[in-house]
Amino acid sequence: MAEYEIDLGNLMAFDPHRSFSSPPSSREELVKESLEQGTKLVQAVADTLFVLPSTEDPDGPIVTLPPPTTRLPREKPLPKPKAPTRWELFAKKKGIQKHKKDKVAFDEQTGTWKRRHGYDRVNDDKDVPIIEAKMNDEPGEDPFAKRREEKKKRVDKQEKNRLHNLKQAAKSGALPSHIQLAATALPITGSQAAPKKVGKDELQNVAGMAASATASGGKFDKKLPGEKPTKHEKKYRKFLPAAEGSGMSSLEKQQTEKVLNKLISKNSHEILNVEKAVTMYNVTEEKKRRSQKGKSFSSSSKLKPNKKSFKKMPKKGSSNKGKSK
Amino acid sequence: MMRIKTPTKKRIKRELDKRAPKLIETGKKTLILHGTKTSNVLNAVLAEIYHLKRDNAIKYTKKNDNVRPFESGGETSLEFFSLKTDCSLFVLGTHSKKRPNNLVLGRTYDHHLYDLVEVGVENFKSTESFSYDKKLAPHIGSKPLFAFIGEGFESVEELKHLKEVLLDLFRGEVVKNLNLAGIDRVYLCTAMSPTKVFFTQCAIRLKKSGTTVPRIELVEVGPSMDFVVRRHRLPDEGVKKQAMKTAPESTKKKEKNVKGDVIEGKVGKIYIPDQKVGSVPLPNRAKGVKRERREAKMNNEAHEPAEKKQKEDSD
Repeated sequence: MAEYEIDLGNLMAFDPHRSFSSPPSSREELVKESLEQGTKLVQAVADTLFVLPSTEDPDGPIVTLPPPTTRLPREKPLPKPKAPTRWELFAKKKGIQKHKKDKVAFDEQTGTWKRRHGYDRVNDDKDVPIIEAKMNDEPGEDPFAKRREEKKKRVDKQEKNRLHNLKQAAKSGALPSHIQLAATALPITGSQAAPKKVGKDELQNVAGMAASATASGGKFDKKLPGEKPTKHEKKYRKFLPAAEGSGMSSLEKQQTEKVLNKLISKNSHEILNVEKAVTMYNVTEEKKRRSQKGKSFSSSSKLKPNKKSFKKMPKKGSSNKGKSK
Repeated sequence: MMRIKTPTKKRIKRELDKRAPKLIETGKKTLILHGTKTSNVLNAVLAEIYHLKRDNAIKYTKKNDNVRPFESGGETSLEFFSLKTDCSLFVLGTHSKKRPNNLVLGRTYDHHLYDLVEVGVENFKSTESFSYDKKLAPHIGSKPLFAFIGEGFESVEELKHLKEVLLDLFRGEVVKNLNLAGIDRVYLCTAMSPTKVFFTQCAIRLKKSGTTVPRIELVEVGPSMDFVVRRHRLPDEGVKKQAMKTAPESTKKKEKNVKGDVIEGKVGKIYIPDQKVGSVPLPNRAKGVKRERREAKMNNEAHEPAEKKQKEDSD
């Protein structure tokens, strides 16, 4: 009797010793054989399953399964632990312990038990009816308005702190799943996409292109103050000069050489376009560097799902030009 | 300036939290869709798989032209769908002359493509074509058993990969406690050759045997088909390492309502719900109650025709 590999956590049985050296004669035979073998395997699983200690239940005996032995990949990355907030760091440094507070507290003003937070709460700032004037108070000042402003300031400070805490959490990758920070536009699930920053030159190029996309090619449009003239010159064809000076190699020769090189390289195999390979390599390096710069400090930046490897793999090596028709 | 965006409704927040990565993962959802062209066979196969995984599968009905998982740019649609539906497994069915009845089984990690297995379906027989005693039919959502036969599953790389993907696809949730009476299905996979796998679903019939372990009998029930392995793509090494990371050992769960260890020893608090002394139904109806009822009945008959009285207690 062959040994079966049994994974109880997954309720799986595997028979590694069976091999079909010749394909079975007919389909029905194959099915029958499979069923037979399957029955033996399932019996083996049931043998181990039914001897586990079980608790009785109205529906049937319940057993506790061991954890599965076959390791399968996760579907989402492990959640990062919550980043400590500013207050938590401070409390840890000073040794301040957190004490549990009750929902109701005694209000000295009314002499009743009121709830701590919410409607009609204890020690509410707004409930104070009389504020006694102090020696250092200015005569025209409204103390109630002053109190309201101070509270507003406190609330704003808290919002600022909360934003700071969330930014810290986002930096270490532990942003809570239901929160999005608007300006950086991070997606809620899935990995971060590096935000694209458009530079001044790019914008100028695009603006120029848009401006020239008129019926007259942008020639008669009024230019705004400060706008640079269009980059593209009117001429689209370059003619060789009629009389040539003796330079390094005559322009006509250069021209024909260029055309010939292109033709030859198209029809030859195994020519590596060194220039193209170098630029491709540089681009990937640049992208990697850019993505590593503004990212978290965890070492998993290298192990993050690398989309690029899938895309570049079939193209790297011999360039397209090396293939013959 | 940055703004904190949170969902205004709590329901949305709960849904988002359900999709957040968890320490210990619950079942993976499957997305079933098809590409440019499908055949009748393939439609039936996709429908069957959807029925097998009813609770945690989503089936798309439209055709998707731009889904080509094996090409470099063709997976963006799939990743988008996976993100939208929160599915980490997908089954894509396509039919072409070069690859007839093609099924691509794939997994995603962090909503990016993790690995793929492409199989062709041959000799498909649907559930309706099998005749069996309907009482044995496996219930939807029951935890299946798996039986893999053949050394090919260990030696041939494609079959190893296929085994892993099939296990992941049909496993369902990983449960700690299992009800032994609820074991009623098994997926049988036989490696007939290094490229062909015979796959079928059987119902389990437990028969009396002398010992506590019942005797197993298998009855072929569900869809049966041959998988011809065509292409496959293994996961990227770095991604694989990250995906196989297991959760760290969980800290001991905090025991509630227990404290005080030094002087008194372990002290626990027990909360008893309110005892409703007045409204507890008494087992024997007091005699006085019966008399009152009789009197009331007599009084009522004097005033008006006797109305139907509700029975107080069943005796």
